[in-house]
This record gives sequence, structure tokens and C-alpha cells, in this order.
Amino acid sequence: MRVAELSMAVVMAIFSLYLMWKSTELPIGWIPAEGPGGGAFPFWLSLGMLLCCLWMIGRWVTRTSPPSRSTEPFMTPQTLKLFLLVAGSLAAMIGLIHIIGVYGAVPLFLIFYIRFLGRHSWAIAGSLAVSTPIAAFLFFEIALKKTLPKGYTEPLFYPLYDFFY
Amino acid sequence: MNKFTSKILSAAVALSVGLGFTAAVVKEAAAWEPKKPVEFVIMAGKGGGADRLARFIQGIIEKNGLASKPFVPINKGGGSGAEALRYLKDRAGDPHVIMATLNSYYTTPLRNPDIGVDIAEFTPITRLAEDTFQLWVTTDSGITTVDEYVAAVKAAGPGNWKMGGTGKGQEDSLVTAMLEKKFDIKVTYVPYKGGGTVAKELIGKHIDSTVNNPSEQAGFWEAGKSRPLASFTPKGKLQGRFGDIPTFEELGYGSDMVYYMQRSVIAPAGIGEDVQAYYVGVFEKVYKSAEWQEYLTNKGLIPGWLTGSALTEYFLTEREAHRQMLQAAGEID
Amino acid sequence: MEVLGLLINGFVIAFEPLNLALIVAGVVVGLFIGAMPGLGSVNGVAILLPMTFLVPPTSAVIFLAAIYYGAMYGGAISSIMLGIPGASTAVATTFDGRPLALKGQADKALVAAAAASFVGGSISVVLFTLFALPLAGVALAFGPPETFALMVLAFATFIGLGGDDIPKTLFSILIGLVFSTVGLDIISGEPRLIFGGLTGFYHGINFLVLAIGIYGIGEMLWTIEISQGEVLMSKATVSFRRILSNLRDLKGNIKTMIMGSFLGYFVGILPAAGATPGSLMAYGVAKTMSKNPETYGKGNIDGVVAPEAANNAASTGSMLPMLTLGIPGSPTTAILLGGMVIWGLEPGPLVFTDHPDFVWGLIASLYAANLFALLINIGFIPAFIWVLKMPFTILAPIIFVLCVVGGYVPTQSMHDVWLMLIFGVVGYFMRKLDYPMAPMVLAIVLGPLAEPAMRQSLIGSQGDVMIFFERPISGTIMVIALFLIVLPLIKNMRKRRKRNAANGPN
Repeated sequence: MRVAELSMAVVMAIFSLYLMWKSTELPIGWIPAEGPGGGAFPFWLSLGMLLCCLWMIGRWVTRTSPPSRSTEPFMTPQTLKLFLLVAGSLAAMIGLIHIIGVYGAVPLFLIFYIRFLGRHSWAIAGSLAVSTPIAAFLFFEIALKKTLPKGYTEPLFYPLYDFFY
Repeated sequence: MNKFTSKILSAAVALSVGLGFTAAVVKEAAAWEPKKPVEFVIMAGKGGGADRLARFIQGIIEKNGLASKPFVPINKGGGSGAEALRYLKDRAGDPHVIMATLNSYYTTPLRNPDIGVDIAEFTPITRLAEDTFQLWVTTDSGITTVDEYVAAVKAAGPGNWKMGGTGKGQEDSLVTAMLEKKFDIKVTYVPYKGGGTVAKELIGKHIDSTVNNPSEQAGFWEAGKSRPLASFTPKGKLQGRFGDIPTFEELGYGSDMVYYMQRSVIAPAGIGEDVQAYYVGVFEKVYKSAEWQEYLTNKGLIPGWLTGSALTEYFLTEREAHRQMLQAAGEID
Repeated sequence: MEVLGLLINGFVIAFEPLNLALIVAGVVVGLFIGAMPGLGSVNGVAILLPMTFLVPPTSAVIFLAAIYYGAMYGGAISSIMLGIPGASTAVATTFDGRPLALKGQADKALVAAAAASFVGGSISVVLFTLFALPLAGVALAFGPPETFALMVLAFATFIGLGGDDIPKTLFSILIGLVFSTVGLDIISGEPRLIFGGLTGFYHGINFLVLAIGIYGIGEMLWTIEISQGEVLMSKATVSFRRILSNLRDLKGNIKTMIMGSFLGYFVGILPAAGATPGSLMAYGVAKTMSKNPETYGKGNIDGVVAPEAANNAASTGSMLPMLTLGIPGSPTTAILLGGMVIWGLEPGPLVFTDHPDFVWGLIASLYAANLFALLINIGFIPAFIWVLKMPFTILAPIIFVLCVVGGYVPTQSMHDVWLMLIFGVVGYFMRKLDYPMAPMVLAIVLGPLAEPAMRQSLIGSQGDVMIFFERPISGTIMVIALFLIVLPLIKNMRKRRKRNAANGPN
């Protein structure tokens, strides 16, 4: 926990510095007869972020905040494994959407999660993997006319569009 | 349950594939038709003038069944349309995306060269109309003529006269710069998010004058709250109730006090002539519809059907004009 | 009582069979759209706008108003059940709605939200009927300085919302504000903070991306860690009798509902504000007024009631500037306004006299929509509870899919989906380290309203800061806001002094 607390504060401090640097692309000062420039808001607020991070680091050194005193591990090996599986499969699904589209990636994700993480039966996993994309298609594409990304599977949907419109 | 669903699904897929196949065979000889919903990109945010217009056009298409697949509006207003322009550039060759444009079509690529967009590369579809600008004040101000206006601005002292408008470097600020130069006056330009807000701020007397589009001030004008002093159009171009507003030219301030907001539709580069012809056909029907013609008269727009290379030429001339205006305003080098 | 006659006439219009059918259909559609994370009333109204060409304008606007109301009710559903605010107006509802659901009292929270929405809607319709025209003047008097003062007040009312860790709470507010400046600086017209030159940042960081990331993905990761992937989402049960007894229990919350309704309505009529600041302020005020503020955020029913009453009242309120000034008070009314233009109705000061059928038909239908939304919503509660009883390992992946799709749909860009995942993961880590997340989400909602208002004011005053205090309305609001900021500090000091005094003799 102690390590995590410090790392987060340091990472955020560096991020604040980056934001400050990025803000200077626009004027950060007070323009006479006009008020603050375009970069002023983000610049001075990021400076505030930086100060908050330094404050947190200070409290880490003096051990005055609860996480900096905690000796519990930030993540147990069990939690870490679960986190990596869930977040990883989520990232994989989003990545796959670029290639095989929502209607390809979502069933794969559902089967992986429900069958292999949740250990439910194939019947449940399979029926959800089929019905969720169909419901999504009818709701978003037909009812709301919001097209979802399809990647390379796009041409497969042309007949469906011809059918519904 | 599972088996049952999959059976239904496979039946549905087989059916629709079959249908699609026959349809494709029938249509092979015919002209190009969209195969899926067409993305109708709007280079402005939700609720603004450009957005309302695009959704109105979509409504006309839908109501009269002018297209076989729906036109789906998508707002990509980020960075004064920079996001939309870049999106269209990246979709080169895609026949299922078109974009409704306004004057940020010229100014945004000029002001942000790093987005790497050259509007000459896009495929022109059509120009549907040109929106107009008038100089507005409140009725309570007692100002009735341009001369009184200039006198009032000068009497207020430099910087004390507040002119409201949309973002800096956009249409309203360019029109304001024209005014300042012509009459040798200096106003404080206050940027707001949209033309509707600008109109309301004038009536609430938070600003002293605006250069709104007619549609934005019409309600207040009718209620006797605001007054147009002069129109930034050539003589005799505006029809309907807005035609009675004197133009700067008629008032003797020269014919250079003219500025339009173009309302056009364009497509990405490299979409093929059959696709271009299809969209021109759809919008020709929109243009000729009773709804569109009525809208033009009621909202003070100037009809302006223009297609093909003539439209490209128009875009390039206007871009050049805007380059000069932006340079004069000190917005670009 | 000319108004009353007009309103009765309006009710006759609203209860025509076609219009009544449209109200019911609109409420049901709206309820579902609103309950989807990522889809709010804006989407519902925008998407269905073209459909309304098929019916006369009055029926069309009645249909859209019903969707609007349905979606406002629906927004509370995803806030309470999933902890994901479907729209910015429902953020405040998650603060206490989610803890209640986790305690197995989802049905109680849902009933409270529906009842509060009904009270808020009813009070605001009455206010609308009686004071529509005079209040239009108030809306006009609100310029940039007043808007800025109101935003300061909104920040002040929820200053106590954060955790106990001062630097982390401050950090959370600040990073939210900085994120809210990404995109285009409208004052100078220049792009700002375009990280890595990615075009996706040109449209700024959408509130929904942050909210779905943090509350959707982040919370789910957190729940998975706590439960190690096993337990149920909620132990809720439901029966008709329970719903009735829940309704009866709400008697004690009526004061909060009325407070939320009035506050929401008056904030709602201000052109720039809309329902979001209204609901946040109602939450803040309810907490400040409460005898035991420490129970807020842990499942206090008043914490659900106040924002829900306020956001429904505000959505009626935001119809006022739309109708009388042609200025939308919220993105949804902006689309409705576009609809009016399409139907050939000129919004503006004359609409009340030129099209009385339209205006009063709309108002009466708001009322009818409100009633039907309540009934339909309560009727659906058992179904929602049934969903919550599914095993978590089935519910979780479906919620993840909803989050991904919900993150994509508003802007239709994959950039936002990736951003959402990053916010979710980082938010999860920060949450483990006691960083409060609510202030960040609030800041990203209010930041884009506050910053331009402040700079517009200063341009107008030639850089003179006194403009915020010299004008009567903004001055008054500013003083109240500063008082609210200073008050907790004084309270704190007094507490400390007391403690010192108590410790003194030792």
C-alpha cells in the first residue's frame, strides 16, 4: 500500500507537470482588459494538482495518511490475477472491435467471461452470446439508428440493412 | 432454448442473405445506391444553427422517403469542425459518409494547418443555400439607423461597446471586423458558444449589438424586442419579410459589405462519380421540396443551388477570401 | 383565471386518444433509453425527432416531451441499480442510490426516485402554469457574471461532498476541472490540450466517458475485487406490499422533495444551467440542512429524493427559456427547439399568444407524462429487481458490454471507448487509495459552464473582477456562495476550539 500511495502521487505529479507544460501552448497570463488567457485555467489548476501531489508525498514521508501507514499489500496475488483477467479481456474486446466489430467481439467476450471466468454452463454462455448482439442490433441500429462499429464484418450486414429499411 | 434461438437466427440470416442477393442482382444495372445507413456528419455541436439545419434536411429526406437507407446525423463539432474535417479526410473513398458544412469549412483548416486537411480534395455534392447576416440592436437602445449606431459606438468610447458573437475567428467575428474597418470604430468582442445564446444576451442587454443570422433573431424581432439596422447582403437578394431590411449597399456604404454563411454538403475524396451523382440526386429532391423552399423564405436564406466543379471553384474562391479576412484580423500569418 | 382556462383546454388536447397513446409510448421508450448507460434524454429526443413528421406538431411535441420525462425517470434507474449515471442529470442520484442498492434496498431507492420525480414534476408544472411569463424576465437577466456566480454557488453547495482526505479531494476537483478544459477554447477559438495531437480530443473529454469509466468500469472492478467474483449484486426482494410500504415511508422525505423541486425549477429556468447543476445543488442543500449529514453518501433516502425531485423540476423549468426566449436550457431542449422550428413554430416571446394550443397542450402533456411515468416506472420495478438478482458473473460482463457500447454511441468514436477504459482502470486504482471520485465527475460537468462565463464577464468588464459583485443578482449569489464556503471552515474551527476547551483542564 505504501509503495502504491507514493507511486500514484509521483505519477500524478508528473502528469500535472505535463499538463502545465501543455497549457503553455496558449497564453497563461492575465491579458489586460480581457482577463485570463486561454491557457490560464488549465495551467494554474494543474499547478494546484501538483501542489496537492507534493502535499500527499509530504504526508507519505511523515506517515500521516491512512494508506501510507497501511502495511496491507495493494493487491493480493489473487486480486491481481482477477484484475488482469477482467481488465485484460475488456481491453482485448475493445481491441477486437476494431477488427471484427462489436458483433464479433462481444460474443467472444461474453463466452470467455461467463463460461471461463464465471464457470456457468455452455447453454447460458451461448444463449447470452447470441441474444445480446441481436438485442443490441435491434435496439441501437434499427430502433435508434446508431450504427455500431463492425470492422471487417461490415459487408455481412448489407443484406440485413436491405431487409430492415 | 439455445438450439431454438440459433435455428431462428440461421433462418433469418439465410432469408436476409437471399433477399440481399436478389436485390443486388436486380440493382446491378441500376445506379449506385447506399448499402447501409449513411453517416451525415455535422461539423458543429448539437442544438446550434448548423445542427438544426442538418436535422431539418434529414427530416425532409425521411418524411418524403428520398433515400433507401436512413441518413444518420452525427455531430463532430470538436475544434470548430477540425475533428469532422479530419474524420472525412480519413474516410477517403468511403461512399457512406457525407458532411454538412458551414464557413468553418474554410476557416478551420486555415487556422489549424496541423490537421493536414485541404478542402480542395473533398468531393463537392451541393450548395443548398447561403445564410445571411444583419446588424442587430435592441429596440430600447433607440438606435434606428446605421449612422446613429456608429455615433453611439463612438460616443461610448473605445472598448466600451460590447459586440456579441460566436467564437473568435468564426463568422461573427469576421463580420464584426468588417464593420470596424468600414466605420473606423472599435468594439469589444465577446465570444459565446452559439448564435442563439448571442441573440438572448442582446435582449437581456448583456451586450450592445450582434450580427446574428435572421433565424436567430426572428422571434425577438417579431416581438418588437430587437431591430435590424442593415443587412450584409447585395441589393434585392433577400426575399420575404427580411427583404425589407435595407442592405449596406442600398444605404450607400458600398457593395463590399457583404458576407454569407454557406450551407453545403460535401463527401470524402475518391468516392466515384456514380456515388456523387446519387447524392446530388437526393439533395436535388430536398432542394425542390416545398418544405425547403418555405424554410428559405421564412428564415431569410438565399437560395443557391450549385454543384460539381462550379461548387469546388466557389469553395476555393471563398477560402481565399477568408484567408485574407483572417490575415486582416491578425488571426493567421 | 385566464391561465386556468387555457390549461384546461390544454388538458383536453393532451387527453385526445392519439396524444394519450403517444404519451404512454413516449414514456416507455424514454424510460428504456434513459436507463441505458450512455443514452440520455438528448439521444432519445434527437433520434426520434424525424418520426414526429408523421403527426401534427402539437402531438409531436407531446411525444417528445413524454420521451424527455421518461428518460429523466429512467436515468435514475441505471444510477441506482448499476451505479452508472446514464446522463449528467443523474450523477447526484448515484451518491446515495447506489449504496442503498448494495444494502439490498434497491426497490426502496427506486420507489423514492419515482415518487420524488413525480413531486418535482408536479410542483414545477404548477409553477410553470402560474409564473411562466414573469420568470422569462429572470432568465433574461442572467448574463455571464450571474452564470459564473451560480456555478460558484454550485461548487460551494457540494464542498463537503469529498472524503476526509483534503489533498486528495482537492486533487480530484482540480483534475476534473483541467479535463473539462480539453478541446476548444471558445474565447480564443484555439484548440487546447490536444494530447498527442489525437483528433478525438478536439471534442473535449465527454462527461459520459469519465462517468461511465469511473462509475461503470472502475466500480465493477472494485466490486469484483471485494466479492472475488462470487456474490450476487444485490439481495433485493420485491412485492407489491413492499412497494406500498416504501411509498408510505416516504412521508418523512416530503420536505426534501419540495425543497428539491423549487430549487431545481428555478435553476432549470436559467438558460445556461439546466438540470445538472440543479440536481447537484439540491443534493448539497439537502445534506447541509440535514441533522445527520454524515449518513449522506452511505444510503440516505433523502440523498436520492432531493436530486431526483430537482432534476425533474428542472427539466420542466428548462422548457421556459426554450419557449419564451428560443434559448435552450439544456441540450435536450435544444433539440426540441430544433423540432419546433421544423414544425414551423417560431419560439420566442410571442409563442404564448400566437400558439396557445401548442404551449398549453405541451404543459398539460408534461403533467400527464409525469403521471404515466410514475405508474409505468413503478410497474417496471419488479422487472429491474429481477435483473439485479442474476448471478454477478453473468451481470458483470453484460454491464461491461453496456459500458463499451454506451461509451461509443454518444460521439460514435472508438477514441472515447479507449479513454473510458483508461479512466476506469486508473479510477479503480485511485479509489483503492482513497481518492474521492465524485468531485472529479462534478467538476467536469460544471467546468465548461463556469470558465467561459467567467471570461466572458471579464471581457465585458475590461478585466475588472468587481463585475461579479457589483451586479445585484450575481453579487447576491456570490455572497451566499462565499458564505457557504466559509461556513464549514468556521464550524470546523469551533469544533476544534470546543475540543481544545474540553481538553484544556487536563
